Amino acid sequence: MSALSVSNLRVRFPRRRGEGWFHPVDGVTLSVEPGEMLAVVGESGSGKSLTCLALLRLLPPPGEIAAGSAIRVDGADVLALDAEGLRQLRGGKVGMVFQDPAASLDPLYTAGAHVIEALRAHHRLTAAAARARAIELLREVGVGRDRVDAYPHQLSGGQRQRVMIAAALAGEPTLLIADEPTSALDVTVQAQLLDLLGELRARRGMAILFVSHDLALVATRADRVTVMYAGKVVETGPTSALFADPAHPYTRALLAATPSLNEPDRVIEPIPGGVPDPKAWPPGCRFHPRCAARFEPCDTREPEWFPLGAERHAQCWLHGNANGDP
Amino acid sequence: MRGGPLGRLLAAAWRAPGGRTGLLLLLGFGALATLAPPFLTDPATMSDVTAGAMAPSMAHPFGTDHLSRDVLSRVINGARISLVIALVAVAVSLVLGAGVGMVAGYVGGAVDAILMRLVDGARAIPRLFLLLLLILVWERIPLTALILVLGFTGWLGTSRLVRGEVLRLRHAPFILAARSLGASPYRVLRVHLLPNVAGPLIVAATLGLGEVILLEAGLSFLGLGVQPPTPSWGGMILEARPVLITAPWTSLFPGLAIACTVLAGNLVGDALQASLDPRTA
Amino acid sequence: MTGWLLRRSLQAALTFAASLIVLFLLMRITPGDPLARLEGDVPLSPEERSMLQRRFGLDQPLGTQLRHYLAGIARGDLGVSIGHYPERVGSLLRSRAAPTLLLGGTVLAINFTLGAWLGVLQARHRGRRLDRWLTRLSLAGYSMPSFWLGLILIALVSLRWRLLPAAQMTDPLLPADAGALTRLVDVVRHLILPAATLSLVTIAGTMRYQRTAMLEVLRLDFVRAASARGLSDGQVLRRHAWRNALFPVLTLFGLWLPVLVTGSVFVEYVFNWPGLGSLTADAIAARDYPLLMGTAMLASAVVLFGAWLTDVGYIILDPRVRDP
Repeated sequence: MSALSVSNLRVRFPRRRGEGWFHPVDGVTLSVEPGEMLAVVGESGSGKSLTCLALLRLLPPPGEIAAGSAIRVDGADVLALDAEGLRQLRGGKVGMVFQDPAASLDPLYTAGAHVIEALRAHHRLTAAAARARAIELLREVGVGRDRVDAYPHQLSGGQRQRVMIAAALAGEPTLLIADEPTSALDVTVQAQLLDLLGELRARRGMAILFVSHDLALVATRADRVTVMYAGKVVETGPTSALFADPAHPYTRALLAATPSLNEPDRVIEPIPGGVPDPKAWPPGCRFHPRCAARFEPCDTREPEWFPLGAERHAQCWLHGNANGDP
Repeated sequence: MRGGPLGRLLAAAWRAPGGRTGLLLLLGFGALATLAPPFLTDPATMSDVTAGAMAPSMAHPFGTDHLSRDVLSRVINGARISLVIALVAVAVSLVLGAGVGMVAGYVGGAVDAILMRLVDGARAIPRLFLLLLLILVWERIPLTALILVLGFTGWLGTSRLVRGEVLRLRHAPFILAARSLGASPYRVLRVHLLPNVAGPLIVAATLGLGEVILLEAGLSFLGLGVQPPTPSWGGMILEARPVLITAPWTSLFPGLAIACTVLAGNLVGDALQASLDPRTA
Repeated sequence: MTGWLLRRSLQAALTFAASLIVLFLLMRITPGDPLARLEGDVPLSPEERSMLQRRFGLDQPLGTQLRHYLAGIARGDLGVSIGHYPERVGSLLRSRAAPTLLLGGTVLAINFTLGAWLGVLQARHRGRRLDRWLTRLSLAGYSMPSFWLGLILIALVSLRWRLLPAAQMTDPLLPADAGALTRLVDVVRHLILPAATLSLVTIAGTMRYQRTAMLEVLRLDFVRAASARGLSDGQVLRRHAWRNALFPVLTLFGLWLPVLVTGSVFVEYVFNWPGLGSLTADAIAARDYPLLMGTAMLASAVVLFGAWLTDVGYIILDPRVRDP
């Protein structure tokens, strides 16, 4: 049973002027197996952050999850949970870490207080026991005892994020969702945090859903990669295979646009055009306006989900025909 | 130049549901005040002095007061007085506030420091007290003096607002560019800085309208504002006090008029403020 | 922190001095004979006259006058009242302070409990019917003249329905040997209407401010992060949102004091409440300039104290300001 199984997730927002809705997340299907790290990669505007928020039903109003979506954690239907069930899920089975640690910690509470709060939301603990456990958790993520009673403004960016992770671990999650946890931090700190996540995964057997715009960052650590574009998943597969031979033109373009120390002389090619506006998705394949390989069906019909063997899929006409054949 | 931000803001106020009500109310009162007097009973003619206070009826929709004067027409005349006072006083405050604020912000240094210290000191004194101290100079304060006094006590907050904006923009590139082209300080202030402050100024003015109306009514209620026989809402409530129970309509309608006008001003000011900062709608 | 506290207190003192200077200028610059204004209709003996002249140094240059004036105030000498001659202004203010503190304190308490709670309620149900109706009601209350509202309440509650007394703080017919509890109930009964009047007029502002503050805070990331940790909505509101929304409300306290001071003049006048507000009304009726100056000074002192208290509150509550 998957740690997380998402099927046809659609998120909708009402249009500000006029009737109807638009769908910044438009049919996302993905899964994370126990103990594996899935990287969800995409540019800003691809809908990856909204996808994360939707998983715990934390969408900012007036957004909502559209009908036809399915989200299951360890088999349990998240969308059917009542208020208490949802509360237990959040920070319990599923922990979440956000992008900007400075904004995600309450400036009025100490580091320890955040972790203790999370602990007591999920376990019955006395104040003393909670504090002791909080100190342990913080140590596990690399925050020393001397910082337990520090306020967020007294901590460095990396330390703040570690505090967030410790708080997310309080409920002993089987799945950790990390929404661009390192984007607001320095490069060296980024590497440290990713190592930490890797350790935690190994030690706790926890699944991790890691969202990022940075392909290179996840290259060496993720087991599988899902690439998102314009509210949809365009390609998914094991990391090494995907990197070695990307199936979707967008993935290929992303890789081509990423500098690499291994190929210092490779020319970096930016992707022409810009990310489409969620209020007006292009017809047919959403990437077609920017795709170098586009041909006849691309601008009129949305491609289907074509399997490419060995757990690989790509949503692109290059890999199949109208009959669904690869 | 000034029509731009004002026009935009008015349109924004019209769009907001509360703002539209407020604008309509204000327009309604304004129309009544300017157009009505020839249409209705001249309050000076007392139909029957011995009739005294009569309850609302077809002939007198708001009833009559203890001197047999038609309450409705007095309320309308009172509207004229109150609105004129409020509009002129607010205009005076705006001009003074913007003027002092711009000078303080632009010139800076000791002038700014001393001015602002005095402004802060004056702001600490509740406006009512400033008004009282100024008004008591007269036995019966003439209308012009009342308006000026009201205007003169209302510019303090505005000056702080304007000064803040000027300070913020003083070193902005477009200001430096204008100055490098030889624009005089006066021109810089009027042409470049002023339009940028227009928005918050207009909001402050609309909200200030309600404040002035309440203060003027209060002063009239204390016998210090508009002097009889000129009708004023506050004065009417004062005169109606002895017959509070026996002729409640004499106190009710003037007070309602005040509340409605102030509400209108607040609604418009609110809508304007929301359009400047929509996150808190 | 103590350094900051000293600086802030010095700033408050300086602003107060500026208020005094402004009051002085008001008195000297307005047309008319200040001495006539100061002595009013009461015939003064030659000694009293010359005392006044010396006291205000009216024949001396402006600078000296100002010095004498400030020195007098520093000594606590606020002059002699005309309307209540020969009582001194200072002692008059002292004797009438308590009832106003009672009234004002009650109104503030109502604002910060009921008002704040309603504001939070509005934020929680933002956009829905409850929110919209509360906004309309509060705007209506905010727009009413306090004296008119007071009169209406008197007419209905006191005179028509005979539920509560119409004036004053205590019942003059209360027997001399009445027990403490009876006296207390008596005062409370008299307090209800004036407090309700002032509260109705001011609660609107509190509600709106708190609503805005709460909405701002609820949008913040750490509130969402707290939900993600598994806190219930109520817990998130109580532990994180509310505390952070407290800051703007503290500011409100500083803003509200002037309104309270002004409003109490009208309300105390209408209800004949024996406090500083009605003292001010007396001063107006008697053209008692020294007394009016005294109440104005006190009013600005109160306002500045409120602002100072607000800043101190910030510093105590916000760790970011405390030890950066």
